[in-house]
Amino acid sequence: MYKNPILRICTKILFAPIILFGLYVQFHGDFGPGGGFQAGVIVASAFILYSIVFGLKEGKKLLPEKINLFLLALGALIYAGVGITSIILGETFLSYNSLGTNAQSGQHIGILLVEFGVGLTVSNVMISLFNSFAGYELDKG
Amino acid sequence: MITELIINAFLVTLMMGIAISLLKTRSVIFTVILTSAYSLVAALMFITLDAVDVAFTEASVGAGISTILFLAAMAYLPKEEEKNLNSQFLPALSCIILGAILIWCSYDLPEIGLATAPIHLHIVPDYILGSKNDIGIPNVVTSILASYRGYDTFGETVVVFTAGIAVLALLKNTKTPKYQNKSKFKKKVGKNV
Repeated sequence: MYKNPILRICTKILFAPIILFGLYVQFHGDFGPGGGFQAGVIVASAFILYSIVFGLKEGKKLLPEKINLFLLALGALIYAGVGITSIILGETFLSYNSLGTNAQSGQHIGILLVEFGVGLTVSNVMISLFNSFAGYELDKG
Repeated sequence: MITELIINAFLVTLMMGIAISLLKTRSVIFTVILTSAYSLVAALMFITLDAVDVAFTEASVGAGISTILFLAAMAYLPKEEEKNLNSQFLPALSCIILGAILIWCSYDLPEIGLATAPIHLHIVPDYILGSKNDIGIPNVVTSILASYRGYDTFGETVVVFTAGIAVLALLKNTKTPKYQNKSKFKKKVGKNV
């Protein structure tokens, strides 16, 4: 945790734009470079920056550990859920054609959901990795 | 053409310089920072190959988050690597032989960007032509990643998920389950009252 006011104010100013950029990369992945993996890492970096500057305790207040682990599992579940949904709608696993009104919109919805799942899992895995590294105490273990 | 050559020569020289200084340094923090710099140069190299998605991933994952994670893990390591007392002859020899074999094999590779290279003839034309009609997305990389090869990406996501869970299981040092602690606490409080 740093008391330096420049660091603290810069972190507060930067936090929202980093998240915004992450969301842009996430949802603009269909049109330009980007996608779930990169967006997840960018969003995670915002939370990690917050934890580094304000301390792990404040970081865990911002994103409680329970929610972190829940979202970590939810991302993979969303991905699998899209696959199962297309099975229920009478197609093979992870073929999105029947998710929308026509094949193309089905593909759009499927890709968007799947990338969202990837982003959720990756960002929360990175945050929980940092938390467990930074919060590990040698004398306890 | 000549500018491309200059850029590539510059990047390769930079990479080699970083690699050599990585070999020389014994300080752990320099190793982490140099690895990050190496990833950044690799990302630039992917951009010269027009692989923007890969460059983006390399820059954010290789140079960004893995450096932070290494730095976070570094707090539990000694500051300097121990000096290697074993002979360096055999490892150096095997590296040189392996490198020579790889360079020798690289003469059989097709030229970069050659349209008749085997990789561009198998299934890639279907993906490139089909991406617009089947999926309607301009970025072919995303349509391959998320739709044509969605099953592979599902596997990758599960791998990331499993790795995260495994690290949590290893580093979470809860010796006793929480409910036991609580019952102990209750007992103590009860006795005192």
